[in-house]
Parts: sequence; C-alpha cells; structure tokens
Amino acid sequence: MLYKTLRKEAFRSVVEAILAGSEGVGPRRVGTDRRGKPIHQFLPAERFEDMDFSYDTTEFSAKTYFLPFREKLSTYRFTDGDWEQEIRYRAEPRALIGLHACDINALLRLDKVFARDWYPSPYYLSRRRNTFILGIDHDPCEGAFCRALGTDTVTHGFDLFLTDIGESYFAAVGSDRGLALIEGFGAQPITDEDSHRYVAERKRIAALTENGLNLNNLPNLLDIEFKSPIWAKWGAKCLSCGTCAMVCPTCYCHGVYERISMDFREGAKIRQLHSCTLVDFAVVAGGHNFRPTPESRLKYRYYHQHRGFVEQHEEPKCVGCNRCGRACLAGITPVEVIRELQEEVGP
Amino acid sequence: MKSLLLPYEITREAEMAEPLNYNHRSRLMNTEGVYKAEISSITQLTEMEKLFHIRILDAAERQRFTFLPGQFVMVEVPGYGEVPISISGSASNRGFLELCIRRAGMVTSVLHRAKTGSRVGLRGPFGTSFPVAMMRDHHVLLIAGGLGLAPLRSAILHVTENRSDFRNVHILYGTKTPDQLLFDYQYEQWRRVDGVNLSIIVEEGGDGWTGEVGLVTKLLDRIPMEPDRTYAIVCGPPVMFKFVCNKLGELGIPMRRMFVSLERRMHCGMGKCCRCNIGSTFTCKDGPVFDYWTAINLKEAI
Repeated sequence: MLYKTLRKEAFRSVVEAILAGSEGVGPRRVGTDRRGKPIHQFLPAERFEDMDFSYDTTEFSAKTYFLPFREKLSTYRFTDGDWEQEIRYRAEPRALIGLHACDINALLRLDKVFARDWYPSPYYLSRRRNTFILGIDHDPCEGAFCRALGTDTVTHGFDLFLTDIGESYFAAVGSDRGLALIEGFGAQPITDEDSHRYVAERKRIAALTENGLNLNNLPNLLDIEFKSPIWAKWGAKCLSCGTCAMVCPTCYCHGVYERISMDFREGAKIRQLHSCTLVDFAVVAGGHNFRPTPESRLKYRYYHQHRGFVEQHEEPKCVGCNRCGRACLAGITPVEVIRELQEEVGP
Repeated sequence: MKSLLLPYEITREAEMAEPLNYNHRSRLMNTEGVYKAEISSITQLTEMEKLFHIRILDAAERQRFTFLPGQFVMVEVPGYGEVPISISGSASNRGFLELCIRRAGMVTSVLHRAKTGSRVGLRGPFGTSFPVAMMRDHHVLLIAGGLGLAPLRSAILHVTENRSDFRNVHILYGTKTPDQLLFDYQYEQWRRVDGVNLSIIVEEGGDGWTGEVGLVTKLLDRIPMEPDRTYAIVCGPPVMFKFVCNKLGELGIPMRRMFVSLERRMHCGMGKCCRCNIGSTFTCKDGPVFDYWTAINLKEAI
C-alpha cells in the first residue's frame, strides 16, 4: 500500500473533482430522530455542500449501490412459443464518498461471495469495478462493536482512505486512479512525523471504540448453544419483519422471481433482496417450511453471520456496525444476544 | 473384523479420480443466460410425476453440457420461474437430459401442462455428485424412498452401465403405495443386469399387491454385508435418512461411506441466494450430495 499526505484544504477540491467526473454518492443528512440526533443516508450528491462528512452512521448501508433491493437480471421477449433473452449488467461509473471502515470491510465480505467465490456475479462485479471509493476514518459510533470484529480499520477494497492527522489527511492509496486523483492536488510523500501522528490518532480512536466485547470462540458457542433457551427468548420478540437484513451492509439473501407483462409478450427475471427472518424463507413447493418459527429463523441469522460464514470464508460476515440493532423494531441488539450466548448476562 | 481406522488414499490417482474441482469450471460458465432447450418427450410415471426428456437446442451447447450423477439443474419456464430439479438420466447420455418432476408448486404445475415440443430454459449443472469414482471395486447399496428414486436413478444407470467397476449391487426401493412406484417399467431391465439385485417394498400393499410390505429398512436385514467394502447412497424424504443410515451404521458401514441427497428451497443454484442454507453451508454448493457424517453435523439438516 502506498501512503501520502493530503492538505486539508485540498479535500474539498478532491471531492469536487470526483463529482465533476462521475455520479457521486455520499452521506446526506435527511432528518432528525426523536432524540434530536441527525439521521443520515448514502444518497446521490451533486455538490460538496450536499454531504455531511461528520456523520456518525447511516440508517441504510451502502450495499444498495452494489446489490440493489430489486434488480432486473434479464428480460425475455416472447414470440410463437420461443423467446429471446437479453442480459444486461453494464454499470455507469459512480463514486462513493465518505464511507467508513466498517462499510468498506462489508464490501470485502460481499466480494468474497459475489466476486471471489464460485460463480462470480457479473452484475456485482460490474458495479464494484465501476465504483470509486473514498473512505474516511471517524470516531466510533454509538452501539457499534467493530473493534471486536477488527473492522474499525481497513487495508484494501478502496481507492483512497483518509485519516485526519491534524493539519492534513494521512491517505492510504488503494488504486492508480486514487493516486492520480490526489497527485493532482499536491499530495506529499509521508514523513516519519506523519506516521507517528497517524499511529497516535488510530490509538485514540481504538481506545474510544473498545467496549469489552470479545467474539473469541463464538462459532463454537453457536453450535453448543444451538438449543439454548436464549433463542426462545429472543425469538419470541422477533417480529419476522426482515428490517435487520435490509439495513445490514453484508446481508445478501435474495429471491429470484419472474414477471410477465399483461400482453404475454415480455417477461423479466428479477432478483430481490430477501431476509432469512421472513416467514417464507425456507418454504419448499408442497408447503413444507424448514424454518417454521421466528426463533429458528432469528437463530439462523446469527448462525450464518458468526458461524456459517466463518466456516466458508474464515471471518464473520458481521462487521459490527449495529445497524440491525438500531433499526430493530423489537429491540433485539446483536451485542446483547452475543453477551447472553457467552453467559456474561443471564437469559 | 472391521478396523477402526480406514485408510484415506492420498495418491495422485485417487485425487484425480475424485471430481473435487469439478465446479471450478464455474468461472467459465454462463450462469446468467439459460440454455434454450426443448421438451422432446414426456412420460407419465404416476399421477403426480412425469418424466421429461429435455434436449438443449444448440448442438455445440449440448456437446459442452456434461454432468455427474447426483447433480441438479435449474429449469426455467421464462415468465413463471425457476426450479431446481435433480437429473434422473445417465451421465453418458449426451443427447438429452431426463428429469423426473413431481407436480408440487407453480413452476412444476406449468411444466406438467406443457406439451412435447415446448421450450424451457436450463442452467447448470450444479452441486456435488455421488462418489461413483470412489465407489469403484466396492459393493454398492442404492436405497431410495418415494421421489428419492429420481436423483438415485442417475447412480443406478451409472452402476448398471459400468457394471464391471463394482462388486455386488443392491438396489432397494420403497414407497407408501404401489401406485407411487416410479419407473416401474424399468425394474425388469435392471434386474436382468448380471449381479444387480433389485428389491421393492411398499408400506401399504392393498389389493393386487403380491410383493413385499413394510419399510425399506426391512430389506436391509437380508443383504449379506461386507461393511468394510461397501458404499451406500440413500435418497428419499427427510424422515427416511435417520432410520436407514442408523441401520446401515449398525450393520457396520462407516458414516463417510454413506451418502445422502438433500433438498431445500433454491433461487440461484450458485451459493448466492442463501435460501438452501443448512447449518454452516449451502445445499446447492456443498450439496445436494453429502456424506452422512457431514450431514449429521449440519444443524437441522436431517
């Protein structure tokens, strides 16, 4: 990895240069919650002022720019008992500006499934490769447990990643296009002093992020506690609404459906995100449901996040952003569920 | 006397024989598009099941399409949807695919209404296969219940076509009633293959049934076993696995030599949609064929 420093005044110019060249998406303030705290979302932005880089977190993750909620995989045109299938996955260049480390780590998780595993998805790859990512370091957000998952820092998967070291930004450069961009705005080689400042800043943030949660041995615990009453307790609360999966930066469960036009001339194959907590998730033809209870479905959400994904990809799927905990209508938070599993608090 | 530790053959030849990396050709597969195929023949098997012969229209695509016994394809009726169907035919048949389909949901109902000559889409093949290469020079037990004969038939055809590769072959098949027996017109043909033993059993015989009555496990008692040299494949409804595999375990067959084929909801076939998730893995990618040890260690698999 190449490191540079960038003067703080140049940040605005860098962002404006990105916006001039492609569609830009960044954190925008969209409202205020009951406690008077601002609510942010990743939304298209045309000007630098549209975005608020001091944001804490966003309600939805940036996943939607890689795995949209609903996506047309192909279309069919029918004629005389035959059809023509048209497949499109070309994506326009886009820039995601101001992503935090957890969200970039989430993309690395999705890469493992959609780009690096068997059957790479051209729909995902096309979006991923055509997206410029500028990440920024930040003070920890409320309720997040990224430190326990090691996702408070990120080493690849972006074009540029900026850490505030006082007068300038310490910039990790992840691609040639990232380098070309900041070189145009007076990026300098790093000095020993810059490195020391960077280390000190990371230490300061790490100390703030620490919440004592340790996920060591969680995969084994999920197996051992598979029949634990903990699941009945949290399952009884779960509304099976699927909100957790919608806001999650790594949940990628989906369904593929087909639609046909009223005149039977056209059809479309559509991928729509689903959630493992929705009641019909594992229903097979004939009506048998392999996961009939909210308890079994909620349990499998945790099991996939912290056990199944670990077995397949050597790390949990969860990045500890706590969006699911914040969004849950029934007040189910991952930290509480995990602490109960670890028997640190009684059920 | 059977020994506790069975040797794993770690030789290059054994590695080559095992189709472990079979799916690695996935990077080259066009999984977004479908093979355009034609229903070339339809056979009514029972009231609920039909056998479809499906021929990929493009001759070059048809030549490229190969599969291993136990794998499945995604069958698409454009405009209606896609369903995972295990391949019932022989892997050596490069002309057409044989799919035994029960009328169960929306897409399969549409397929049951389709006429010969209708076009369907195909993607695949997907999933793991029966360990036919590892089964060489062993006794083979092929056990099916109900619709389980659909995936198992690809193994039966492999074994009967390559009879010299295997020792004693026993095929056991059970259904609830005689009218649910699939491929009943082929039993005589299989029976006549030298050294192949076929036993049929039904739970409720009724009038006119002269054959065996009971559960498929009953047939196992009569088979002379050499457990150290036997492979078993079990296909059927979820309830059947535990009974049959426990019985096979009592007879001394090690769990890693029993194979089961599981069934789950699927939307992609490629380990992406998560709908076929069992335990820590996906039925479409690490399954549908699992060895029994793996299967019992996947939570709620069996």
